[in-house]
Amino acid sequence: MKIEASGSGQNMQPLLKVENLLKRYAKGSLTGAREELLALDGVSFTIFPGTTLAVVGESGSGKSTLASCLACLESPTTGNIWFEGKDIVKLGERARRQVRPQIQLIFQDPASSLNPRWSVLEILVEPLILQRKFKHEEMKQRANFLLVRVGLSPDIVEQLPTELSGGQRQRLAIARALSLEPKLLILDEALSALDCSVQAQIANLLMELQSSLGMTYLFITHDLAMAAYLADEIAVMNRGRIVEQGPAEKILKQPQHETTLRLLAAVPRITRAALPAVEQ
Amino acid sequence: MASVLEIRDLHVSYRSREGVLCPALNGVSFGLIPGEILGVLGESGSGKSTLAVSLVRLLPGNGEIIRGAVHFEGKDLLQAKLEELQQIRGRRISLIFQEPSLALHPTMRAGEQVRQVLAAHSSQGKSGLNEGTRQVFAEVFPEEVDRILRSYPHQLSGGQRQRVLIAQAIVCGPSVVIADEPTASLDPATQMEILGVFRTLRERLGLAMIFITHNPALLSGFADRVMVLYGGQVVECGPAETVLASPRHPYTKALFQSIPAVSNGRGSSRKTRLPVIPGDSSQSSLPRGGCPFEPKCTERMDICRAREPALVHLGESHVVSCLKYEN
Amino acid sequence: MRYLLRRLGHAFSLLVGVSILAFLFTALAPGNYFDEMRLNPQIAPATVAAMRAQYGFDRPLLVRYASWLNSVIHGEMGFSFGYNSPVAPLLLMRARNTLLLTITATLLAWAIALPLGVWSAERLGRLPDRLLSWGTAALLVIPDLALALGLLVLAVRSAWFPTGGMASVDFETLTPLNKLRDLALHMILPVTALLLSVLPLLVRHVRAAVADVRNAPFLLAAVGHGIPRRTLLYRYALPAAANPLISLFGFSIGALLSGSLLIEVVMSWPGLGPLLLEAILARDLYLVIGGVLFSTVFLAGGNLLADLLLYWADPRIRTESSAR
Repeated sequence: MKIEASGSGQNMQPLLKVENLLKRYAKGSLTGAREELLALDGVSFTIFPGTTLAVVGESGSGKSTLASCLACLESPTTGNIWFEGKDIVKLGERARRQVRPQIQLIFQDPASSLNPRWSVLEILVEPLILQRKFKHEEMKQRANFLLVRVGLSPDIVEQLPTELSGGQRQRLAIARALSLEPKLLILDEALSALDCSVQAQIANLLMELQSSLGMTYLFITHDLAMAAYLADEIAVMNRGRIVEQGPAEKILKQPQHETTLRLLAAVPRITRAALPAVEQ
Repeated sequence: MASVLEIRDLHVSYRSREGVLCPALNGVSFGLIPGEILGVLGESGSGKSTLAVSLVRLLPGNGEIIRGAVHFEGKDLLQAKLEELQQIRGRRISLIFQEPSLALHPTMRAGEQVRQVLAAHSSQGKSGLNEGTRQVFAEVFPEEVDRILRSYPHQLSGGQRQRVLIAQAIVCGPSVVIADEPTASLDPATQMEILGVFRTLRERLGLAMIFITHNPALLSGFADRVMVLYGGQVVECGPAETVLASPRHPYTKALFQSIPAVSNGRGSSRKTRLPVIPGDSSQSSLPRGGCPFEPKCTERMDICRAREPALVHLGESHVVSCLKYEN
Repeated sequence: MRYLLRRLGHAFSLLVGVSILAFLFTALAPGNYFDEMRLNPQIAPATVAAMRAQYGFDRPLLVRYASWLNSVIHGEMGFSFGYNSPVAPLLLMRARNTLLLTITATLLAWAIALPLGVWSAERLGRLPDRLLSWGTAALLVIPDLALALGLLVLAVRSAWFPTGGMASVDFETLTPLNKLRDLALHMILPVTALLLSVLPLLVRHVRAAVADVRNAPFLLAAVGHGIPRRTLLYRYALPAAANPLISLFGFSIGALLSGSLLIEVVMSWPGLGPLLLEAILARDLYLVIGGVLFSTVFLAGGNLLADLLLYWADPRIRTESSAR
């Protein structure tokens, strides 16, 4: 199935193409000595529509900087980001505002990105209000539709984010991101803070959305097992560079780079030898 | 072997804003053997964090210990006076909280934060305190001891902060350390490193440890025993290898199934749904009589709704609380 | 270091801005010293015109400003018509007296507000805390002027303290120790009036700031480590709550200063307040500008001090500013 996905991808235009991305931070100390921190050091990759690329790395490897650059939250020092054939690095503020809704970012801790004083309904409608395309009733309908789509009950529209569980909040964050009908979802450690059983639920939800809406994901994580489960391709990052990249299966079965090996070794695993199958 | 810490029938509830008592722990009993690592496995809503804080009575204002006992060094901590408790906290039983970035004082140097703990429990002079602090840092940090002593939390990496928390916990030489999700916010490599530190310390200092986590995979090869909490009750408890390799309780089984495996040679499981536990882990309805997992259980029987299961011994020290195994 | 320079730069540009505004406003205000003089029949119009020319009042505003700047550099800050002497020395003496009042009141106010606020925050919502909240609220709604007058009445009735001025008539004949005693006695009333005007605000802020961090995870962790109560409050909670309080410290200096100008007038303390009032009434232009500028210097100094304290208290600011 994966081969089909990337096979058809070859004939298509890539959704996102990143070329030679470089991000440098200046870092000074009290003594006046200046250090340069290279957060991204020549990163290039391509994502085709309807596929998932997982970017895996340890903390400090530059993967979060990559996410902020792609979501237009920061601009790279040099390099190009082609989104649907347009270089969003060079776009002006007005044109960038057109592109921005199409790339949505979902964070590790949804609580920090959801206004705690707004009800679920207000959170979902707000992006629609900004677009000024819908009437009040339509917006309500769309909100309900989005909730159902991410597996939440429309009964919760009056609740506050603080009254929801971690899994529900992450579903809500996904629903809000979807309300703008984005083409690319960047999931920045979006599963890491959740319980194992909830991680599985959200992972399934993401898969469903991909097959029904043709969503494209950039999945940023340090969990190689989850990356392997969700992604078609995996890119392994270390110190701002992609050190290994390839089909998920290949990375798992024939890891080449020592970073990959280290990450693989660090995946905690349960000895599964005697694990009985769940009786369904 | 006699337990160093013995918990009996612990019931803890939280009072909601409307004044209703919502149970969080529902009759938890277990003993901690000297020098062992007991892994407590549970998801949000299982009561695992409540367990950590109620052992030394650090519950938030709306938490109430309904009944039960926590026996430690000949005392029941739940009945002890506050001054006695203050002497035990940090000195005999210490806690390591989640989120090292939040559990450290933001404007106090790392060394000072450890020194304060030592100062609270010893009558040593200034040089003695400094020396003690240095020794503990040398114990948990392989290098750069001096720099880290003088650093503020924001100048340290996640793993280093976690080590400072460990230094705080062991500086007074406790016999029990309770760690609540100590590695949840770290990346896998650092996680493994910290688990390594815990193991070495256990060997060297002989302390017993309660390690609370939501991630079963962390416990394999680390914990000696595993205790699984669900809905404020112990649903399964036994030697780590046994519980992790062949879980018996339906909840434990379902939980382990929901974790994607690094599919080494087993063929990719991609694009097949992960088996999940339906509903939300944190919203297990309490209490209705009967088994707490019954509504989500794939193996439920009619009797499960009628009666609360008792602990059943499956083998040597492996117990399960499920009606399937009774008789 | 760069942080400090930047702050100094801010303070300096504030001073320049205030001096320009003060010049503009005094120029725009109707009437000046010479108009009053012209009303006096004993002074010949020619003399007035000559004086106008001597002080440069026939020249445009910009030129006047430039020549004033020049005199600032020479330590004169213009010339007072009323006192017939350079402004700076006049102001310096008065400023010393104002500073004495303000600094004493600031130190005392914080020395009382910190423990009281922490004490109150520790008993959050309980009876003593609620009583204190009521008390501070009551003090807040009484105008400063009413407070000062009330204190004056009290002093007159009881005759415990002198009711005005800065020294007794026989001050010069006293021994140094008795001089100090006399000064302290004279200070009690104005300092108390100043204290009462800012104390309620400070106590409430300290209480709120400490109450805010009371539930922080690192405090809970410290309790879990068996850290004793006093250490917990003063070594853990208070430093964590310091940032807003230090900003408040800068503000409190400003509030005390402006409060002081008023109280000085009411209690006839020979500070900047009475001098400024007198200068405004007499339209003694450069004296007014000088007084305003001196107050601004104090204010900017207070804020600079607060910034420095913040830099010292919060290591995160230090790294942030050096990373730039």
